[in-house]
Amino acid sequence: MSATTMEINLGPHHPSTHGVLRVVLELDGETVVNAHPDIGFLHRGIEKLAEYRTYHQFIVLSDRLDYLAALSNNLAYVTTIEKLMGIEVPRRALYVRVALAELQRIASHLFWLGTHAHDLGAMTPLFYALREREAIMDIFESLTGSRLTPSYLRIGGLAADIDGDFIAAVQAFTASFATRVAEYETLLTENPIWRARTRGVGVLTADECLALGVTGPMLRSAGCDWDIRKAYPYSAYEEFHFEIPTGRQGDVYDRYLVRIREMGESARIVDQAVAGLPEGPWVAAEARTAFPDKERVATDIAAMIRHFGLVMEGFNAPPGEVYHAVESPRGELGFYVISNGGPRPWRLRVRPPSFVNLQGLVAMLRGRLLSDAVAVIGAIDIVLAEVDR
Amino acid sequence: MESMENMTRRERMNLDSLGERFGMEVATAWDAGGDLSLTVHRDLLIPLMRFLKEDEAWDCNLLVDLCGVDYLPMTPRFGVVYHLCSLRHGRRLRVKVALPEDDPVADSCVSLWPGADWMERECHDLFGIVFRGHPDLRRILLPPDFVGHPLRKDFPLEGLAG
Repeated sequence: MSATTMEINLGPHHPSTHGVLRVVLELDGETVVNAHPDIGFLHRGIEKLAEYRTYHQFIVLSDRLDYLAALSNNLAYVTTIEKLMGIEVPRRALYVRVALAELQRIASHLFWLGTHAHDLGAMTPLFYALREREAIMDIFESLTGSRLTPSYLRIGGLAADIDGDFIAAVQAFTASFATRVAEYETLLTENPIWRARTRGVGVLTADECLALGVTGPMLRSAGCDWDIRKAYPYSAYEEFHFEIPTGRQGDVYDRYLVRIREMGESARIVDQAVAGLPEGPWVAAEARTAFPDKERVATDIAAMIRHFGLVMEGFNAPPGEVYHAVESPRGELGFYVISNGGPRPWRLRVRPPSFVNLQGLVAMLRGRLLSDAVAVIGAIDIVLAEVDR
Repeated sequence: MESMENMTRRERMNLDSLGERFGMEVATAWDAGGDLSLTVHRDLLIPLMRFLKEDEAWDCNLLVDLCGVDYLPMTPRFGVVYHLCSLRHGRRLRVKVALPEDDPVADSCVSLWPGADWMERECHDLFGIVFRGHPDLRRILLPPDFVGHPLRKDFPLEGLAG
């Protein structure tokens, strides 16, 4: 700090920081000279807890990393363990997972769109975005019993088969969604105030993104079409047709456009997944990790013993290590698991996209105005529960 | 090993170039998922990382992740695991380095990938591993006056160190 600058706190209790993020800003007038992000307020030691939980028990903790995209976390975690165990998941389960992960991406982007526009003074989009997000939350609640923390995926498949009205509800949602996205665009895309607040603000080039490890929509908005769903297809993504939207400038406006277009692509994928949903089992019943059918638990002693064993002791994973990543709404979400052959991971590491992407904040803020800080923080799309874990 | 048989000719050439450059100092292995894993002595960590980043055939331009591991009671006790990715070749790679309990020091990768900054700070915070050459090695998730490193195996799940 020098004689001409002053320090102010942005957060940790400030609505525009989207959680408990504190940024100490060094200001010269209204210009940001330097920024010092301070994180960790929400640290719960999830990686430590994982070492004391069976592999199944961690699924509920994975919900609580990125609570705006819990099903993406579920998916990243269970596919990692399936890779470690060498389990082949039935195709019906893969398709349902894809449909849910893409609905989750839409819900996450909608929440981002509404709150981000609200931060920048546009009140109206919030109501429309949350209206559609609510429709997705209703679908999740009806299928899984929970809106934010579904814990619906299991190692080897799903917790239960989809029920009767799931497909109709999803199709009703996707049928009207394209016109909804067009409505959001009429509010913002050509809006001169929106453009003035976002264009040329918070620029990160593709090379800068890669140097910092920044992935997801932020990297794609700078023109790099890196998407794990295409580069390393998992959960049968190679069977779906979709584009990877990219931007050019790598600024807040292009991040907005990329996320808007990603929502449209996600809706296309959801449509394909429910239209082509294969018949058959929804869980790899022969896998050691699979819970027996509930009805059999009550009538068959062998099934009951197996259920008891899975709940009380878990299952042993073969010794080894594995890394697996998915494209979460925020970027590369990976899990690195080391097994020593026991029923609990020896080490479980979460590769959180929010934490890594937030590192770009300082570079994006330096030399900009204080009012841009709100736009820049919002456009990273962080979830502090995932940053701090 | 199945994944070894499936290796393309190009990848075999890559491994040869690695062997020419580092001889027997780099051990290679494949994990259950078919990813390549390199283990290296800590003195050679930065030369290897620079080679993997700058060599055209490897071109690992993205440091995906960096994390610590505590192997207690095995020796050497600590490890740091790096996950690299080459966007151009679409290849993932793991680099591991072992660190002794009484001297858990590794060289910092911040000069190669600026994104290693926070990851190394987190690893320092939770494991007590020191990254030599890091510009600002402070705790990041826990408060500055916190005592102990919670992801070490001898740190209790409940309560505090000691």
